[in-house]
Amino acid sequence: MSEKTVEKSDLVTVTIDGVQVSVPKDTLVIRAAEQVGVQIPRFCDHPLLAPVGACRQCLVDVPDAGNGRGFPKPQASCTLPVAEGMVVSTQVTSPVADKAQQGVMELLLINHPLDCPVCDKGGECPLQNQAMSNGRGESRFSDDRNRGVKRTFPKPINLSPTVLLDRERCIVCQRCTRFADEIAGDPFIALVERGAQQQIGIAEDAPFLSYFSGNVIQICPVGALTSEQYRFRSRPFDLVSTPGIAEHDACGSAIRVDHRRGAVMRRQAGDDPDVNEEWISDKDRFAFAYAQGDDRLTYPLVRDEDGSLRAASWPEAFVVAARGLAAARAVGGVGVLTGGRLTAEDAYAYAKFARVALGTNDIDFRARPHSAEEAAFLASSVALTGPDNGGVTYADLESAATVVLVGLEPEDEAAAIFLRLRKSVRAGGTEVLSIAPFTTRGLTKLSARLVPTAPGDEAAALRTLAGELDASSVLLVGERLAVVPGALSAAAEVAASTGARLAWVPRRAGDRGAVEAGCLPTLLPGGRPVADAGARVDVSAAWGVDHLPEAEGRDGDAIVTALVAGELGGLVIAGVDPDDTADPVATRAALDAAGFLVAFDLRRTEVTDRADVVFPVAPTTDKAGTFVNWEGRVRSWEAALHNPASLPELRALSGIAEELARLGEGSPLGFRTVGEVRAEMAQLGPWDGERRPDRERSEPGLSGTEARPSEARDDALSAEGARRLSTWKQLLDNGSMQDGDKYLKATARTPVALVTRADYDRFGPTVTLTGDRGSMTLPAEICDDLVDGVVWVPADSVGDGVLADLASPGAGVTITGAEGVHG
Amino acid sequence: MSTEPISAKTLAELREIAARYPEPRSGLLPMLHLVQSAQGRITPEGIEACAAILEISAAEVSGVATFYTMYKRHGVGDYHVGVCTNTLCAVMGGDAIFERLKEHLEIGNDEVAVQRQGDSRTVSLEHIECNAACDFAPVMMVNWEFMDNQTPDSAVQVVEALRAGHEVSSTRGPRLCTWREAERVLAGFPDGRVDEGPSAGPASLAGLEIARERGWSAPEPPSAPAVSAATDGGER
Amino acid sequence: MTELTPVLTDIWDAEQSWKLATYAARGGYSALDTAFAMSPDAVIAAVKDSGLRGRGGAGFPTGMKWSFIPQDNPKPKYLVVNADESEPGTCKDIPLMMGNPHVLVEGVILSSYAIRANKAFIYIRGEVVHVIRRVQAAVAEAYAAGHLGQDIHGSGYDLDIVVHAGAGAYICGEETALLEGLEGRRGQPRLRPPFPAVAGLYASPTVINNVESIASVPAIVKNGAAWFGSMGTEKSKGHGIFSLSGHVERPGQYEAPLGITLRELLDLAGGVRAGHQLKFWTPGGSSTPLLTAEHLDVPLDFEGVGAAGSMLGTRALQIFDETVCVVRAVLRWTEFYKHESCGKCTPCREGTWWLVQALTRLENGQGTEADLDQLLDQCDNILGRSFCALGDGATSPVSSSIQHFRDEYLAHLSHGGCPFDPAKSTAWAGQEVSA
Repeated sequence: MSEKTVEKSDLVTVTIDGVQVSVPKDTLVIRAAEQVGVQIPRFCDHPLLAPVGACRQCLVDVPDAGNGRGFPKPQASCTLPVAEGMVVSTQVTSPVADKAQQGVMELLLINHPLDCPVCDKGGECPLQNQAMSNGRGESRFSDDRNRGVKRTFPKPINLSPTVLLDRERCIVCQRCTRFADEIAGDPFIALVERGAQQQIGIAEDAPFLSYFSGNVIQICPVGALTSEQYRFRSRPFDLVSTPGIAEHDACGSAIRVDHRRGAVMRRQAGDDPDVNEEWISDKDRFAFAYAQGDDRLTYPLVRDEDGSLRAASWPEAFVVAARGLAAARAVGGVGVLTGGRLTAEDAYAYAKFARVALGTNDIDFRARPHSAEEAAFLASSVALTGPDNGGVTYADLESAATVVLVGLEPEDEAAAIFLRLRKSVRAGGTEVLSIAPFTTRGLTKLSARLVPTAPGDEAAALRTLAGELDASSVLLVGERLAVVPGALSAAAEVAASTGARLAWVPRRAGDRGAVEAGCLPTLLPGGRPVADAGARVDVSAAWGVDHLPEAEGRDGDAIVTALVAGELGGLVIAGVDPDDTADPVATRAALDAAGFLVAFDLRRTEVTDRADVVFPVAPTTDKAGTFVNWEGRVRSWEAALHNPASLPELRALSGIAEELARLGEGSPLGFRTVGEVRAEMAQLGPWDGERRPDRERSEPGLSGTEARPSEARDDALSAEGARRLSTWKQLLDNGSMQDGDKYLKATARTPVALVTRADYDRFGPTVTLTGDRGSMTLPAEICDDLVDGVVWVPADSVGDGVLADLASPGAGVTITGAEGVHG
Repeated sequence: MSTEPISAKTLAELREIAARYPEPRSGLLPMLHLVQSAQGRITPEGIEACAAILEISAAEVSGVATFYTMYKRHGVGDYHVGVCTNTLCAVMGGDAIFERLKEHLEIGNDEVAVQRQGDSRTVSLEHIECNAACDFAPVMMVNWEFMDNQTPDSAVQVVEALRAGHEVSSTRGPRLCTWREAERVLAGFPDGRVDEGPSAGPASLAGLEIARERGWSAPEPPSAPAVSAATDGGER
Repeated sequence: MTELTPVLTDIWDAEQSWKLATYAARGGYSALDTAFAMSPDAVIAAVKDSGLRGRGGAGFPTGMKWSFIPQDNPKPKYLVVNADESEPGTCKDIPLMMGNPHVLVEGVILSSYAIRANKAFIYIRGEVVHVIRRVQAAVAEAYAAGHLGQDIHGSGYDLDIVVHAGAGAYICGEETALLEGLEGRRGQPRLRPPFPAVAGLYASPTVINNVESIASVPAIVKNGAAWFGSMGTEKSKGHGIFSLSGHVERPGQYEAPLGITLRELLDLAGGVRAGHQLKFWTPGGSSTPLLTAEHLDVPLDFEGVGAAGSMLGTRALQIFDETVCVVRAVLRWTEFYKHESCGKCTPCREGTWWLVQALTRLENGQGTEADLDQLLDQCDNILGRSFCALGDGATSPVSSSIQHFRDEYLAHLSHGGCPFDPAKSTAWAGQEVSA
């Protein structure tokens, strides 16, 4: 520990504008000046980008460089590290520095169009602001005497469907190109031309398609880069900004929701140094229209006598739902499928609702392929871990010598992890290994070492790799491993035996919070095992109920099976898309079979169409909430918009529970607001007793189904042209939360099937894949290092997605050439 | 100008250039010269080809191709004529030469003159910056070979001879090859003309001739080498 | 009278001087064995002792530059020859490489040996095809003769040379921009530190030297530091090529000891062209402030020219007589700097854009005397504020011309335009009757 720590604590004392300040060694003067309250104007400087010294706006006078001698010329404070005894005079005290800055500002403006009144950036523009604070009132260049001629360019050009460039406004500070190159690893924008004609450009027919492109708009210090989505829609001073947490993945990225008159106008990256630093993915930035569409549910619906859904008041809906659920309880019980999008508070409400109002442990948030092995893993290795008790953090990714990815493609599935890993790799600190079937573009950008592994073989690969791991290693396992028998167990085992640290990275924002809140058949809130009598007592005492259901419940798959078999009488379902589930056909059959169906959703869906009672769900902008990210880090936000039609689900659940209690079923939940839930959760706290015993970890079948694909696999793989199916969701795909933004959609990667060179030569440029659920035809692309016998397709970029249209991940599919079919 | 696709041979040569360097990207400048030799200009296809070989983005190659003035995104003539109009050459007559050629060829800067009936070759014109031949001012370059001490008339004679397809030699260099052939030399593929032309032009020898006339030379070296070495002389 | 000292130019009048046979017949490549019998550090010491200073303009002591290479750094070391000769007025390296490429190759071998580099690059500006041919061929001949490649002369020392053609960018004469070009990037200068000696080409220790500097090394190794030091002045030792151009009777290359004066050189060159007088001149290219007839006796060494308010630079003596309009000359140079500004930093990119407009107005006789002060203020906002020396260089002609020729600027204003006839300045003025 130490060498690094000791070094960091080495302080250097400098004098800036007469004020002494001690800062860590290697601190740049521009940031040391901030410590004494002096803001040196700057454009190219950005704390997360390598210094470049291009704009020269931050010139300061250095009468003593620390060696008794001064610099003869003003120095760029953004590239000058402090030295012991250095004396710096900024614009505040030095006429030389002030003139140098004014001179640079004047030069920056000579070719700038000064079109602030029609510029999106006007009002939040560093150029505008600093021209006011550190520039002259008038330009000599364009005065009557000089009548200077400005450089002009044709007005905005598209760098990509989402990002526009106005070259006249650009001051070529290179923040955008440096971001693209250094941070995102997508150098598809570059400086082109030279001298005064120098500009930002793309290659012909090669737009700036980066998952992180929107960040360049935000860090552009002028109005050169604008958002196609936001352009001309608002002025910064008309916007109200509310901090939020991105809902599209489990990263917990800070965002800022900018809204006006009840509508979100845009989203920006928030600054959370522990999490996303200052970057977000384009999905986090641009995908918010889904919550503002015409199909948004704004009032409850109940199934009328004529079979149609009709509007209902909240109290009526509570009553109807309660009656139906009570009846369903009587004919076998009610299952609860919560999906992975819930806030932690809502998840807690469902967990309590299931136990207290429905008297069941039949609850599962995993509306995607899962397994009992996974539930055991979550209970033993995930629940209750967090930054405060040794859980893996983003910072740990940076300090780890080795990070092993298993069943996880960070660029697609956890963007902030991708960026943090890239940062660390570039700094030379971390080697990334990936147990995966091929080197993805994302892995290339991480200079990752591929451990070539066909889907299904991850457990063996992990064990083989164990020799390379030690306490300086981190294992990141993705939720996709749930369906690889033995893989999660192997990960836990390898971590335990090598000292490597382990973290689980789910895809959805609410997944981790749902684990903590008890939306599992085996866990009560706070990581308390259902099977542990002490834990049950703990919870029932806190909840003021006599007892809680004792047996572990059914998992998601088992709930589906039980509904189809008529063993369950009803279902409460929240934001679940059947096509995301392990067996979409079975899930639909379960919805049809459910005697009584209560659906919670944001928008009208096929599930709400089947429901007996529908409750509208408030989007994250409309309610306070909390996401627990993959680290176990808690990130809360307050409502940005105040929409009377939007109630948090916990309020609806509490309404239903009250009605159920009136009918003699269960007890009320005892809360109606997010604040009350937070207080209750805090009071309950985490489980401090024994965790789920290890011996149960890999025993299948206690409470649900075993991972299935392995069975199908062996049959299918014996056939001619059989391949193992590798698949995951790309960052941008057909996911319903990306609906409504055509610009964003246009930046998604073209869906292709990745095949080996041999398969390409054999089957041609268009292939048809056939699995046990159907066929999919799409263009083939050669993937040079794809493991033999494997084919990869994006999980939700074609049709209804792989689970609905093709087969389960890891299952066998056959590949054939699609002659005459043009994908 | 029609552009033929990049051949397999050119692709192999592009890879060969990249392989000359410890890091392949170092080959980019000569590779772009080769693209010009093969295709007559910097084409999107050429940019893609370089990007693919060097495993960098097309935007990065574009950034390089647009930075250096020798790379042309639109075609030039078989003979690309550059007239130095930097201060010294301009003053010595470069401005007049450039004006005269523009008028004569009926084109502006960086344009290709019309190929007239009977012209066997085309000519393009550009004003260029100092080409390090100031003692031969005013200087014109044809396909980056020196045409020293020009006048407006001599410049017109040169371009006419070139258009007619006559053999023209550099005033202190070889017989002129075409622009595309010259670009190939810049890519590192010699063309066998190295031994044409003199050792030095007249102005280069001005000082040496005076020294010879007056019997001046550098001081005699000390009789024994500064450090005696087991040397067998220099005859190798 | 200072006598000329042909060393590098001495072979230029030989038949096929560029051939290895011609060079070897005059003792070429004999310095290799001398050096291989020495330790690399001893070669560095010899070059240090000789007092050789960089011939590319800045005059940094060459041996000291070599000694900065951290030999404990495990990365490979590189030598890069800056043959991007582009500074307006500078025209010495091009004829040197054309007429005597082997002295450069021999110098590269010696210098690489000294800094323990096994790979060297000669970065030649692209616009000189025949020069590139000659250097390519010289390298090939040197390989064939065993002067390059593995185990040179049985010394156990290996060296490979790559001849690299640039593609048109003055800025690549700046050493870090040159490295960018050599790495296949846009030629924009790099942030320093780290300096190239520590992290240059491929982030490895790198020496970058001018052609003439490297070409001077063989004679130093062969004849000794004292021999070299016997030429030149106390702090500016040795021989250097002086390039006379413009309004002089015999323009050309004059290899002489540093410290010779322009008066002496003009005497040798037959004086300013007949019937005319010296008006202004550059001592070392357009980036060095202009001097006038007052400075004819300034010793042309680093100290002498510095004391006169300019810089020795590349000894590119551009001679302009009284027919030349200084405003026109300065405007044209400024247009050059605008064209060649790489665009990286604001003062140079935008400053040259504005300077051209301001000077154009003055050349056209528009404006007032206040514009001259504004022009000087613009220069003040560029000089020392830019990322590299290109911006500084761009201000030199402007501020020095206003210093020496303020009245001529004002004459443009009172005359309502340029009072000069450009036809009178041409090489053929008064000689021909053009149709």
